[in-house]
Amino acid sequence: MANMKNTKNPMPTLDAKLRASCFDEVATGYDEATALDEAARCLNCKKPLCVDGCPVKIHIPEFISKVKEGDFEGAYQIINQSSSLPAVCGRVCPQETQCESKCIRGIKGEPVGIGRLERFVADWHNTYCAEAPVKPEANGHKVAVVGSGPSGLTCAGDLAKLGYSVTVFEALHTAGGVLVYGIPEFRLPKAIVAKEVETLRALGVDIKTNIIIGKTLTIDELFEEGYEAVFVGSGAGLPRFMGIPGESLKGVYSANEFLTRSNLMKAYRDGSATPIMKAKKVAVVGGGNVAMDAARTALRLGADKVYIVYRRSLDELPARREEVEHAMEEGIEFKLLTNPTKILGYRNEEDKRDPMNGFVCGMECVEMELGEPDEGGRRSPIVKEGSEFVLDVDCVIMSIGTSPNPLIKDTTDGLDVNRRGGIIVEEETGLTSRDGVYAGGDAVTGAATVILAMGAGKTAAKAIHEKING
Amino acid sequence: MYRIVRKKVLNSSVIMMDIEAPYVARKAQAGQFIILRADSEGERIPLTVAGYDREEGTVKIIFQTVGASTMKLGALSEGDFIPDFAGPLGRATETEGLKKVAVVGGGVGCAIALPVAEKLHSEGCEVHSIIGFRNRDLVILEDEFRACSDKLIMVTDDGSYGEKGVVTSPLKALIDSGEKYDRIIAIGPLVMMKFVVATAKPYGIPTVVSMNPIMIDGTGMCGGCRLTVGGKTKFACVDGPEFDGYLVDFDEAMERSTMYHSHEAAEREKVCNLFKQN
Repeated sequence: MANMKNTKNPMPTLDAKLRASCFDEVATGYDEATALDEAARCLNCKKPLCVDGCPVKIHIPEFISKVKEGDFEGAYQIINQSSSLPAVCGRVCPQETQCESKCIRGIKGEPVGIGRLERFVADWHNTYCAEAPVKPEANGHKVAVVGSGPSGLTCAGDLAKLGYSVTVFEALHTAGGVLVYGIPEFRLPKAIVAKEVETLRALGVDIKTNIIIGKTLTIDELFEEGYEAVFVGSGAGLPRFMGIPGESLKGVYSANEFLTRSNLMKAYRDGSATPIMKAKKVAVVGGGNVAMDAARTALRLGADKVYIVYRRSLDELPARREEVEHAMEEGIEFKLLTNPTKILGYRNEEDKRDPMNGFVCGMECVEMELGEPDEGGRRSPIVKEGSEFVLDVDCVIMSIGTSPNPLIKDTTDGLDVNRRGGIIVEEETGLTSRDGVYAGGDAVTGAATVILAMGAGKTAAKAIHEKING
Repeated sequence: MYRIVRKKVLNSSVIMMDIEAPYVARKAQAGQFIILRADSEGERIPLTVAGYDREEGTVKIIFQTVGASTMKLGALSEGDFIPDFAGPLGRATETEGLKKVAVVGGGVGCAIALPVAEKLHSEGCEVHSIIGFRNRDLVILEDEFRACSDKLIMVTDDGSYGEKGVVTSPLKALIDSGEKYDRIIAIGPLVMMKFVVATAKPYGIPTVVSMNPIMIDGTGMCGGCRLTVGGKTKFACVDGPEFDGYLVDFDEAMERSTMYHSHEAAEREKVCNLFKQN
C-alpha cells in the first residue's frame, strides 16, 4: 500500500543553536524506518518524470522499489549504475528543482524525498558494505581527466567501469575539487568525499595530485604520452569582485579564499597552520549556495552577526532552498534588495602604525527595488534614491561568481572559448573545438551545481567511449 | 612524495634545497614559482624558483625561515621527503630582446633574482647586478652573481660589507654615470621594490618587479593574491608574479601583507618552543 501522506518525512537535523557552533554535519539522515515510510510514498509511475529531471538519469522508481523491499544494497546498485557519487549527490543536489520538481506527488502535496532516500541508501552502503568494487577488465585504452571535482570524478568513474585506464590530474594536494575546497564539512563531510574517491581508486582510476594541466603538463603533452582522449573538468576559476572601492582592504575575502582556508586547509580546526580571520560581524555578498556556505562557515568560526547581502528578493535567491532555511534557522540575517557600494577601512591618521589600519570597519550599501522583467524574465534591481546606509561589519566575503581559469585555454591551441572564457562544447557530447578534447562542469558553464557537472562528465564519458570503441 | 636531494645552509636564516620533482624541473623557468607543503597538515608555501637541473630532475628553492611553516621545512634534512611540490606556476621572466639590464636584489629576494640574471647573461645580455643585505653575515650567492654579472655591486645597510646604504643609491649612481639600461628588474622586499621604481621613474627606465603576496592555491582559484596594478585587480598567481613596477600599488600590497601578522607571530612562537624542547 502506498503511503498517501501529503508531506515528506522531515530530514532530521542537529539543533540550530548547537550546530551553529560546530562543524558537525547539519542533516543527520533518515533511519531505516523513516526511509521505508518515505519510500512507500512513491507511486512507481509508469512514466517516471522524476528521471527526466535528473541530470544523470538515475533509475529513481527502481531504486525506491528496492528500498520498499528493504533491499538497501540492491537500491544502491541501481543508483550506482548512473551515479558515481551517490552519497555526495544525496546531500548537495538541488532536488527541488530537479527530480523532485517533476514528482507526481508534488501536485497535491510534497514530492517524494528522493534526495533524502538517495542519501540514506548511499550511507547504508558505506556503513554495511565495505567490499571494494571489482576492478573491470582493462580494454587497453588510456584516457586523461583534468581535475578531480564532480565532473572529472564522474567521467573517470564511468570510463573506468568500461575498462579504460584513466588518469586524473589534480592541481591541489587533495582529490575532490570543489567537494573538498568549497563545500564545508557541515554540509558534506570530507570523509564521505574521501570514501567516494577511494571507490574510484578501487576501480583502477589513478589520481595524480600536484599536477597543474596548462603548467606542469599541457593538453598536447597528454596526447604525446599516449592518452587517446582528454576530459577537461578544471572547474570555475578566479573569483569576481564588484569593482567597488575598498575591496583590497584586510578582511575582504572572496568566498573561494575564505572557504578554501577553512575547508581544504582546515583553518576551522584549532591549531591549524593556515590562518583565517575570526571576524565578529560578517557580510557575505551574494545569494548562491557558495554564499550560504561562506555565511554559515563564518558563523561557526565565531561571528556574532552574519549577514547575507543580496540585491534581489528572496524569490530570486539562487541558493538551494534547504540551505537558505538552514541559514535562517541558524540566525543569519538576510539583507535582501541591498547592494554594497563601498567597503570602509579603518585609518588612524595620528598613528600610522596602528595595527588596525587598513582593516574593514563597515560597508556602505544602498537599497534596491525590482524593475520590469528583462528578456530572460528576471527582474533587474534598481537603486532606490537616497537609501544609503552603512552596515557595521569587520569582514566582507564576496560571493558573486567566478570567471574561468585561463591556464588551459592559454596553453592549448585551437581550444575555443566563449566571450566569458568558458570552453565551448557540443552539448550532446561535450566535445570541444579540439579533436579528442572534451570538457564539462564549471569550466564550460561558469559556476553551476555539482550534479550538472556530473551530468556533463557522464555525457563526455559516453562520447569518449563511442569515439574510441564505437 | 618529493625527496630533498641536497640541503645547504646559506646564512643564519636562509636555507637552500634541491628537491626531486622531475615534472616541475622539466618546465621551470626563471621568474616562476612552486607551491609546497612541508608536512601533510602544513600550509601551502609559495616559493619562487631559484634554479633547476632538468637532467637531474631537481628544482632549487631558497627560503628564509621566517614563519612556522618555513621553520618546519628548514628542519628537514637531505633524504627526507615532503608530501607536496607543485608547479611551475606563474609566468616566466620576459628577457627577449634585452641588451643591458640592471638586476636589483634585496635579501632573500636575491635567490630569485639570480636565475633571472643567469638567464639574461646566457642570452648575451649585459648584466649589472646590485644586491643588498642587512649586514655581512646575511650575504648570500655573491660568487654566483659575480659569475653572471658584468658588474656587481654589493651593498649592506650597516656598511659591514660592500657599499653602505640601500640599493637605490648605487642604482642611481650607475644611471647618472651614463649607463643606459633597457630594463631594471627588482626582486626583494616590497619597500625596496617601491623605491627602486621611484628611482627609475624620473629616467623612464622600464622596471619589472616580482610580487610575493599571500597565496593559497596558486593556480587561479582563490583570489587571495590579488593586487591592484594600473587600477585593475590582478592575480599574482596567473597574471604574475612579475608586473610593471610603475603600475603596482605598493602601499596597498604592503598593507595587505600584514593581514595575518599576529597569527604568524603566535605560530612562530609555538614552533620555536617545539624545537627548543627537542
